[in-house]
Amino acid sequence: MQVTSSNSPESGMSHSETRREGLLDWDTGEMLNPEEVRMLPELEAMLRPPEVPQPDYPPKMITLASGEVMVVREARRDEVDTLRSIIQPLTWLDRDFYDIVAARLSAEVLAWKVHRVRNEYVLVGVIDGVLAGIVNGRMFDEKLGVSYHTVTLKRGLRVGSHLFAAKMEHHIEFLNQDEVLIVAESPIGHRRWMIEYPLDKPEHEIQHELGGTPSHVLTRETYFKAKPRLVSGTRPVPDELLAASNVIKEPDLSAMLVQVEDTVEARI
Amino acid sequence: MMRDVVAVGVGSTQFGRSQWSLLKLMSEACHEARQDAAVGERQIDAVYVSNMGTVRNNRQAGLASALVDRLNLVPAAAELIENGPASGASAVKHGVQAIASGMYDLVLVCGGERMQEVNGLEVTETVSYLSHRYAEYVYGVTLPALAGMFARLYMDRYGVRQEHLAMVTIKNHANGALNPKAHLRIPVTIEGILTGPDAPNNNPPIAEPLRFWDCCPVSDGAAAVLLAPAELASEFRPKPVLVAGIGQATDWHAVQDRPEPTDLMAVRLASEKAFSMAGMKPSDIDVAELHDAFTILEIAESEEAGLFAKGEGAKALERGETKLDGRLPINPSGGLKARGHPVGATGVSQIVELVRQLRGEAGDYQVPNDPKNGLAVNFGGFGNNVVATVLKGEF
Repeated sequence: MQVTSSNSPESGMSHSETRREGLLDWDTGEMLNPEEVRMLPELEAMLRPPEVPQPDYPPKMITLASGEVMVVREARRDEVDTLRSIIQPLTWLDRDFYDIVAARLSAEVLAWKVHRVRNEYVLVGVIDGVLAGIVNGRMFDEKLGVSYHTVTLKRGLRVGSHLFAAKMEHHIEFLNQDEVLIVAESPIGHRRWMIEYPLDKPEHEIQHELGGTPSHVLTRETYFKAKPRLVSGTRPVPDELLAASNVIKEPDLSAMLVQVEDTVEARI
Repeated sequence: MMRDVVAVGVGSTQFGRSQWSLLKLMSEACHEARQDAAVGERQIDAVYVSNMGTVRNNRQAGLASALVDRLNLVPAAAELIENGPASGASAVKHGVQAIASGMYDLVLVCGGERMQEVNGLEVTETVSYLSHRYAEYVYGVTLPALAGMFARLYMDRYGVRQEHLAMVTIKNHANGALNPKAHLRIPVTIEGILTGPDAPNNNPPIAEPLRFWDCCPVSDGAAAVLLAPAELASEFRPKPVLVAGIGQATDWHAVQDRPEPTDLMAVRLASEKAFSMAGMKPSDIDVAELHDAFTILEIAESEEAGLFAKGEGAKALERGETKLDGRLPINPSGGLKARGHPVGATGVSQIVELVRQLRGEAGDYQVPNDPKNGLAVNFGGFGNNVVATVLKGEF
């Protein structure tokens, strides 16, 4: 049974309409009976993971080599459909592991939207309102973080590197965690995270949630040592700039694919 | 020179990261050059190929023979010329010599490199083989390291500042953004790479004082020039460009053995020979393509080649003289810095770009000073083998 609450953002209906019209079973087109309606919050409570209160990531701005200013801020759940639609074409791009990263990221942000993963966060990099990259991760518990994915839509300007650093900044400085577990799915990720920080290998092998190789780990010590080299950005972001980043615009699809594929042939 | 030699056709691929094989890249450049020359089915006598690392990077030996076969040019003579990063201009020189001597009439010169087939560490290692085995290589000295030490000393001696290096980057990236075949079509700003709060992270040190944006990218790509005797030029497309002079010189292999490490003697001598052969002087040059594998090299080469007095290159940059619309545009194609540096292709592509400029066919990156004469400096090793070429658009 596929159901929707009529006060969901998708329906655009108000609370009073909810009370008046109840809930619709999309499969049958029938309204749910009162007993079914009563059960829904209980079902949802069973399916939705409890969350630890999570401090916000304060937005920052980074001036890229091109002079463009990228705002890095937390994404909102109501932006998930837009984010997924933008990265969807990348799930078929067999280049630098974009396919696997985009596919997994798409599933992870969906899980975040519908509250099926605990304590996830999503950060976006936005240049003139246009999405330039996405990173995400979650709190495993209060002291241990898990880094999920980094996807860059605008290459050649260290956007991915800046966003990954913002993610580490969030875990260590704002979520106040001690360690972050990290695996890489691409050689570029391995070079950027494992080698460039450099990340530690824990004494005892730890399996990251994404599977794959035994996890690397970023400690507070490593983070603060790497911070001057790798963590950029200025706060606060002027209101006008922040407002301009608030409605995400899709990058031009063909330009994005050429950018991401980054080959002589793609440009031809 | 017994016979004057002209470039009658040029071609190049997009530079960048390619999934094509090296032979496919080179074939594309050759097809474009042949079409450009309107050579039709006419038999090409010889093919000179320039490349540095294909045996190691692409597991292909006998590249010139393979290219002749691929282009269906059998039984043309075929030679591979390996002269480090100066391979391209060396191959052009050999092609010119062969025609000038009367041995051949029609010579196709093609440079190509596919460097991204292996990872960056392996490429850096391969390029490091250029250094002196016992004085440099065994101590872990890479080409960026040599360039970093050179830059430090040059800056100290001649008052070149980090801002000047950034000016080269900004200029060449602005030019590269206009060149549809450039590897990096990304304009950069002084705030983004030098003065802004995030610049240190955008532009991390590679071999100080050289930073990320001071170094050329690792590129795949190919370029080709079709050469013919001037007396046969009318049989091909209009606007042939004369190869007016070529000079080549070497320098001590290990930089430490040079009497003055900031003097690029081979650049100076090669340029002097090229100007002498052309019957020209540096002030006759209207446009130049210099080997800016590292930003400092553009400044140093512009002085050693005689375009500016020693210590004046950075000042000319400050005055904007070397910009696309300046008095003497340098690297209007983006140079190695932005157009890219597929090592074996670079010297040939410098000639290709100058031919386009001298014909007035460079499109958005055409220099507006109606150029008549161009200079290319192709810098091998760390300056221990240099080829300079002077081209004339009107003769």
